[in-house]
Amino acid sequence: MAAISREILKRRGILPSPVMATIGTRSMASWFGHVEPAAKDPILGVTEAFLADPSPDKVNVGVGAYRDDNGKPVVLECVREAERRIAGNLNMEYLPMGGSIKMIEESLKLAYGEDSELIKEKRIAAVQALSGTGACRLFADFQKRFLPDTQIYIPIPTWANHHNIWRDACVPQRTFRYYHPETKGLDFASMMDDIKNAPNGSFFLLHACAHNPTGVDPSEEQWREISYQFKVKNHFPFFDMAYQGFASGDPNRDAKAIRIFLEDGHLIGCAQSYAKNMGLYGQRVGCLSILCEDELQAVAVKSQLQQLARPMYSNPPVHGALVVSIILGDPELKSLWLKEVKGMADRIIGMRKALRENLEKLGSPLSWEHITNQIGMFCYSGMTPEQVDRLTDEFHIYMTRNGRISMAGVTTGNVGYLANAIHEVTKSS
Amino acid sequence: MGDANMRAELGSPGRRLGTLARHLGVDYSPASSSLMASHNASEIVTPSPTAGSYGGSVFANVVQAPEDPILGVTVAYNKDPSPVKVNLGVGAYRTEDGKPLVLNVVRRAEQLLVNDPSRVKEYLPITGLADFNKLSAKLIFGADSPAIQENRVATVQCLSGTGSLRVGGEFLARHHHEHTIYIPQPTWGNHPKVFTLAGLSVKTYRYYDPTTRGLNFQGLLEDLNMAPRGAIVLLHACAHNPTGVDPTLDQWEQIRLLIRSKGLLPFFDSAYQGFASGNLEADAQSIRMFVADGGECLTAQSYAKNMGLYGERVGALSIVCKSADVAVRVESQLKLVIRPMYSNPPIHGASIVATILKDREMYHEWTIELKAMADRIIRMRQQLFDALRTRGTPGDWSHIVKQIGMFTFTGLNREQVTSMTKEYHIYMTSDGRISMAGLSSKTVPHLAGAIHAAVTRIK
Repeated sequence: MAAISREILKRRGILPSPVMATIGTRSMASWFGHVEPAAKDPILGVTEAFLADPSPDKVNVGVGAYRDDNGKPVVLECVREAERRIAGNLNMEYLPMGGSIKMIEESLKLAYGEDSELIKEKRIAAVQALSGTGACRLFADFQKRFLPDTQIYIPIPTWANHHNIWRDACVPQRTFRYYHPETKGLDFASMMDDIKNAPNGSFFLLHACAHNPTGVDPSEEQWREISYQFKVKNHFPFFDMAYQGFASGDPNRDAKAIRIFLEDGHLIGCAQSYAKNMGLYGQRVGCLSILCEDELQAVAVKSQLQQLARPMYSNPPVHGALVVSIILGDPELKSLWLKEVKGMADRIIGMRKALRENLEKLGSPLSWEHITNQIGMFCYSGMTPEQVDRLTDEFHIYMTRNGRISMAGVTTGNVGYLANAIHEVTKSS
Repeated sequence: MGDANMRAELGSPGRRLGTLARHLGVDYSPASSSLMASHNASEIVTPSPTAGSYGGSVFANVVQAPEDPILGVTVAYNKDPSPVKVNLGVGAYRTEDGKPLVLNVVRRAEQLLVNDPSRVKEYLPITGLADFNKLSAKLIFGADSPAIQENRVATVQCLSGTGSLRVGGEFLARHHHEHTIYIPQPTWGNHPKVFTLAGLSVKTYRYYDPTTRGLNFQGLLEDLNMAPRGAIVLLHACAHNPTGVDPTLDQWEQIRLLIRSKGLLPFFDSAYQGFASGNLEADAQSIRMFVADGGECLTAQSYAKNMGLYGERVGALSIVCKSADVAVRVESQLKLVIRPMYSNPPIHGASIVATILKDREMYHEWTIELKAMADRIIRMRQQLFDALRTRGTPGDWSHIVKQIGMFTFTGLNREQVTSMTKEYHIYMTSDGRISMAGLSSKTVPHLAGAIHAAVTRIK
């Protein structure tokens, strides 16, 4: 059969002649010869450089992953226990497109409140997402598809990948003022101006707590004013909550901004991540939720979110979702988790204190109170890129060039060295 | 929107504001709260459309999406109370007892991971687990592949086959001059959406011949011959989904010659390596033929079926390039696609795969378990074919044993399918595709009887 069809095809001029066949592909150029080398990711590039450094004194305060006081990554006990329960017991079937129902239920309780009426009324469209990044991306794609004429307002500064996410979703971006370099705190007046001056019905990206990279959060009263102004302007609030529990040590307290907005009747969107607060970084577990007017709408919105997930990855990974479900669904394990997350938050708060005290003891001419005013994993030190470069070149200290210090990388063992180095490069400024 | 319009639209401002104030727990009088007093007294507090009780949601016009046709079959099956129901819908392997299967070697790998206290859950690099990537490339291309030896392969871990296809598609939409991808007709239902959302424009090439229930080889070659230079061609490496119809090796060679002479770019979807014939090398032959000629191609690999890791979402995208230098640059650009999508891939499933692939004994155990799954499916094909032949069911049913992999394109039409569901509680997709993995020796007779009835009663 093969020989006959070959002949027919040759006669019809469809098959290439033997001469052409011998040309083959060895003489062909690459399809991708023109591809430029991409710029390195600024944040992840720091860790690469750190790993390559042979110095015994090196300190990594770059990437935002928690370290214990020995500078080691941590797997929470509650996670280890959850994994022991998973291994060998369950199958690995596909999750539904929208992800684990149990994990979503628990995530909503965490974000919206344990007894939230909104959950009981089934008004929240929610899907499991690939950590915070995946949740933001799904929302951005959803925004593009259903509200193609909208833009997103992003704070200055923000996590660099936020810009990439909405850009790849083809949603135009605007910025709003947020960080005040002089005070190293919140530029509330400018922020409110920008909120007021944005066209009615604008979409805003808000960091629910522990702003990345500055660590600067609005106070409760400021959040209330922001919420009020959002009502006046009919703005849509999208919360990126990557650090619930990790900022103050208390998940409910860290969700305060969201709760205020919910009380005020806003229909919010929310991206949740378990990367930091459960130490599940590489598992990529998160949740995207959108509060709707009613159950019918929530069902419709969820179905459309699933339509966006299906051509991206079909359905989300099961392992991390199981870990989260087991921990949050078991009172004992949940209790253990709350203790452990408080432990992490407390250690960071302790290191903030220690770093500031060390710098003050060294007689630094600058004010370092922002170190303890700021909250969460990151401290926006206020150092210039040149000063950061000196820290790296002279002291083998690695951080992003915007002067952001990952406090999680600070330990009792290196805080003195770090303070000394910072003092050295800043004392003449 | 002007204040006047706003007021008109929202009704009596007094009533609205009062309700709003109660909602906020605020005493409604201009001087009552320091917060409100700080604002211009003439300012109207207009409820946000995002505010629950009054204005609508900005997403109020979002309609419910239609249910996924494939997953919808399982939904219907689950609702059916009949004790004789059979689910031949979704393509996940089932044992003779109709149960999902976790491979023994996967359990072992999991235990090793759980019991290793040094294992952490840190972020993987954007490109995923390095070991996993190397081992996956070796698995599909062969350890002795010149492309691997020469460092010409850029491999990134992705979320199973879907994720690999999407990332590959996005990369091509950004960096390849030709944005058309040709997909076979028919193909997996999700393919068109994946590539469309990736930014490519989707065309089809003839593939399945309903009259022979085999390959429309002539149509395939004719259609690819018309494709513009640089066009991307999606090829199912083995066990074509949904038809189970694969080209012979000889036909693959002719496809290769055509693609190379026309300057088309092949993109392989390899979701069933080892699962189709039971032999990992045999199921990779089509891909290896293309790589052997020194040309470029893309390959999406999935471990969902062949390692039973479905929900863990493990896969890899490999781009075979002309040179190592190009591969490095390509990999760097793949990172830019991945980072704004999900930052880095999930660690668990990839760790299991790497653990198994790098250990000789575990690898060997895997090949045995894999062959057992493939063999059971091949047995089911034979049993179904024999059962139909015994019944004297009209028609040529040899395609059941000629087709390969998880699925059989029965050739049954919509009405026949519907009647089989109604009367025999047999669930399959409306295109007549059955998942052989959902059959067992016990249920083969039931299915054969149903097919017989449908074919003799409905034309």
